[in-house]
Amino acid sequence: MTGWRHDNAGSCIDRDRPVSFTFDGAELAGFTGDTLASALLASGVRVLGRSFKYHRPRGLWGMGGEEPNAIFDITEDGVTTPNIRATTEPLREGMALRSVNTAPDAARDRAGALDMLSRFLPAGFYYKTFMTPGWMRWEPMIRRMAGLGRLDPGHRPPADTPQTNGRCDLLVIGAGPAGLAAARAAARAGREVWLVDEADEIGGSLRWRGGEIDGGDWREFARDTRHAVSAAGGRVLTGTTLWGAFDHGLFAAWERRTGAPDRHWRIRARDTVLAAGAIERPLWFANNDLPGIMSAEAALHYLALHGAVAGRRILLATGNDASYPVAAALAGAGCTVTLADARATTPDPPEGVTVLKDARITRARGRPSVMAAAVGGRRIEADTILVSGGYTPSVHLHCQAGGKLDWNAKADSLVPRPDTSPLHVAGAANGSFGLARALEEGHAAGGGTGPAPQVAAGDWTLGAMRPDPALPGRQWVDPQNDVTLKDVRIAAQEGYRSVEHLKRYTTLGMATDQGRSANFAGLAAMAALTGRSIPETGTTTYRPPFSPVPLGVIAGPRRGDLFNAPRRLSLEALHRAQGAEFREYGGWLRPAAYGRGEEAEHAQAEARAARDTVGIYDASPLGKIEVIGPGAADLLDYCGYVRLSTLEPGRARYGFMLNETGIVHDDGVVFRLAADRFIVSASSSHATSVRMMLEEARQDIFDPRQSYIHDVTAGFVTLTVTGPAARGLLRAAGIPEAVLDDATMPHMSVTETTWNGHALRVARVSFTGDRSYELTVAARHGAALHAALDAARAEVDGRWIGMEAVMILRAEKGFILVGKDTDGLTMPHDLGWTGPRDKRTDEYLGRRALFTPEANRDDRRQLVGLEIAGDTPLPTGAHLVPPEGARRSLGFVTSSYFSPTLDRPVALALLEGGRARIGQEVGVFHMGETALARVCPACALDPKWERLHA
Amino acid sequence: MQIFTCPFCGPREEAEFHFAAEAGKHRPQPAEETSDADWADYLYFNDAPRGPAREVWVHVTCGEFFVMTRDTVTREVSDVAPLPGRTA
Repeated sequence: MTGWRHDNAGSCIDRDRPVSFTFDGAELAGFTGDTLASALLASGVRVLGRSFKYHRPRGLWGMGGEEPNAIFDITEDGVTTPNIRATTEPLREGMALRSVNTAPDAARDRAGALDMLSRFLPAGFYYKTFMTPGWMRWEPMIRRMAGLGRLDPGHRPPADTPQTNGRCDLLVIGAGPAGLAAARAAARAGREVWLVDEADEIGGSLRWRGGEIDGGDWREFARDTRHAVSAAGGRVLTGTTLWGAFDHGLFAAWERRTGAPDRHWRIRARDTVLAAGAIERPLWFANNDLPGIMSAEAALHYLALHGAVAGRRILLATGNDASYPVAAALAGAGCTVTLADARATTPDPPEGVTVLKDARITRARGRPSVMAAAVGGRRIEADTILVSGGYTPSVHLHCQAGGKLDWNAKADSLVPRPDTSPLHVAGAANGSFGLARALEEGHAAGGGTGPAPQVAAGDWTLGAMRPDPALPGRQWVDPQNDVTLKDVRIAAQEGYRSVEHLKRYTTLGMATDQGRSANFAGLAAMAALTGRSIPETGTTTYRPPFSPVPLGVIAGPRRGDLFNAPRRLSLEALHRAQGAEFREYGGWLRPAAYGRGEEAEHAQAEARAARDTVGIYDASPLGKIEVIGPGAADLLDYCGYVRLSTLEPGRARYGFMLNETGIVHDDGVVFRLAADRFIVSASSSHATSVRMMLEEARQDIFDPRQSYIHDVTAGFVTLTVTGPAARGLLRAAGIPEAVLDDATMPHMSVTETTWNGHALRVARVSFTGDRSYELTVAARHGAALHAALDAARAEVDGRWIGMEAVMILRAEKGFILVGKDTDGLTMPHDLGWTGPRDKRTDEYLGRRALFTPEANRDDRRQLVGLEIAGDTPLPTGAHLVPPEGARRSLGFVTSSYFSPTLDRPVALALLEGGRARIGQEVGVFHMGETALARVCPACALDPKWERLHA
Repeated sequence: MQIFTCPFCGPREEAEFHFAAEAGKHRPQPAEETSDADWADYLYFNDAPRGPAREVWVHVTCGEFFVMTRDTVTREVSDVAPLPGRTA
């Protein structure tokens, strides 16, 4: 308990509005304006969680997205959100925080004993140890112990994030000094600027470091910038994380809002300035992971913004000038501050600060948190150790956009190589540390003319700080994932010398801070161990997101029913009124069966009624692709397996469309309404792709002026009437008598007539094997047709049937569904359709591929039927195997139903050399058991096709 | 998300487009006199160049096929044009 609240410091908190919250059950208090991190720091809580592997105590390290330790499950209003980073989450009344990786809580974690075994758990331990007898056996146990926060299965965040597109002349990422200077310069030139920053206020490091710009307080400069941006029509987005740079200048940003759902932005900008600043590096010494060891920059941040002070006796270990103002501010706040500078030459000591030159920290002592440190062999009492190992520029978005990096020795860091990404990088993100250089570069990046904003402050200098693998004791590189310098050495010894391999072998940089606190040290250590320079060693790849983003924000409303929204029937409400239960079939929501309760029983009854009297079903999703024009017949001849130019107007023909590899892409009926007008009745799930295949041939192979393709599927309602009483039903519904005359309307014919004063298309095709009529009207007349058929069905004892019944009816007849009864290898002759392959001499799509050695094999899988004893249908998908001898797959069951008409199961299957096996037995292997079935023709019902004319 | 320019409609997001084929790859004619090996080559072997590539794409929303020249590394689109013999 060492952190405390200063009496008057803290620019962001409102001391008149206290906020209470709990941490691991303990009641604590903070103020409005606190983050979770600042409130905990000021409350004096040190141990905030446990590390992933050894369950070492972990305390607050940073102030933003680089925080690896302070991660909580947060319960608010009964809803728990896991793994929230304390440094970026505002404190709200009544929040309950729970530490992660701990049981029962952070302070008394039972698994802390694992740390004593750490010498037996080096990098790669889990990979090597738990391979025997199999990782799957060990995984559940290990997973329970690892894995950060816990998911609340009852938590369904609302799918309410709007997805908004934005455009601007200049996108400025980061509203620190460089970003402000860039935004102001561009806005003054009249450009529409969007200025985006993760924090709730603009200013960046100025907010805690302060400064005078152009002779006034920095806040005036910030206000002036905000006004300039608004005046030029731009906007300032605070509390907004720009999380990804994508192709062609697309940026994604997550805007957090209070009182409204968060917003997800897709921003396209003419130009972009990246002014994301830099992140402080840790230092490396024995026990450098103890709670109470913190980033120096973060300590200043919490003091200035929240009045939260990290400790009372403070040791600040550094190698750069930027730490001196930190020491001065803490001394001014009443702390005892010793500054240990690794350099021999240092700036003058600030007032009240003891400066040790040439002094390196080698060890921290204390349990569970810091009590003392060893500096150059000397013990220094301290309750808090602040460290600064230099700064790492935030180059993520530059690299995501394809940018490369160069080593900059003065900045001791990898910086963006100019002109390798479309982003202009300015300020600390460019390795240009110090206020003056940030303003100068920002001003230039914003296209500023005239002098850049002026400051009195001088440049920073910094000394290079590196991990020393020779130092005794465990030195942490990645505190969340427990990667130590020793693990890096093991990786180097075992040959994982590429940084990408180092990362995967040790999990270095895979923590939720995505390597912000860890990567540089890992890289530097690997460079030292392998005798290479840092640029030679390289870096890992930067990928979006820049920092974790809730998936719900990215998904927006595309969840649940809207994830892949099915198409809806225009008569859906009428079907529902009749009790239809809906399911998705090929991208369409269609009635599965009518009536509540057991769907399978309804389907049986409906299928029986359709065979006994008549069934009506909604076939509107069937593709209706019009192919029109003098070239239509030639085009369809080329695109189809079956010739269509020989079809008479008023007639229909069943055929296939193949792709160029000879595989069946779709099947369906084509109607010829006139010499130059066809309708391709593609199957519902393939209508879109069939249209594109027709278009490709039309535009690429034929004269596109000779034909036109028009997909009108959605414009029409089709109701199909099938069964021996179909004609009676249509007569009762007032369908013109001429249509019902078998002489004028035989099977496979089509006609256009009028009914009820509107155009009606009637087609005599059958997907059930019974006499069937497809009635098609414009969608706006669908309800009238529905009403007429519904009124007429009582007279013939008919009923509405759902898709489950239709599936039974078509399977009884051996009618296939492409994609269900065929797979990616099925050719038309495998389905028994050999005619065109044998007889056609003209060229058509896929023809050449039907004559390869592969297509001629006699052991190809062919469509057959299966008969079995008993009443239980075969499991769909079960493999067919030889009835005896060695088991190997000969094919599989594709469709399987109980047929109420035949009073036995029927099944379709793809079977190796299937037609030659008709009459033989084959094994059906399922769940370890092999049953026997007899191979038969696919058509199980009415093989003489007499029912079509009944 | 890339921006492609349909020669008929103008710039649109890539989600509206589908890749169709490599440009300039001709269907062997007459197909029946083409050897199995040559036919397989036509069907299955594509150049997939690293760098500049000429490709046929289709703007699904308008249904028009067109030729696009783009760089598969930098993602830069240098040219779009209707299929040969057609005008936008």
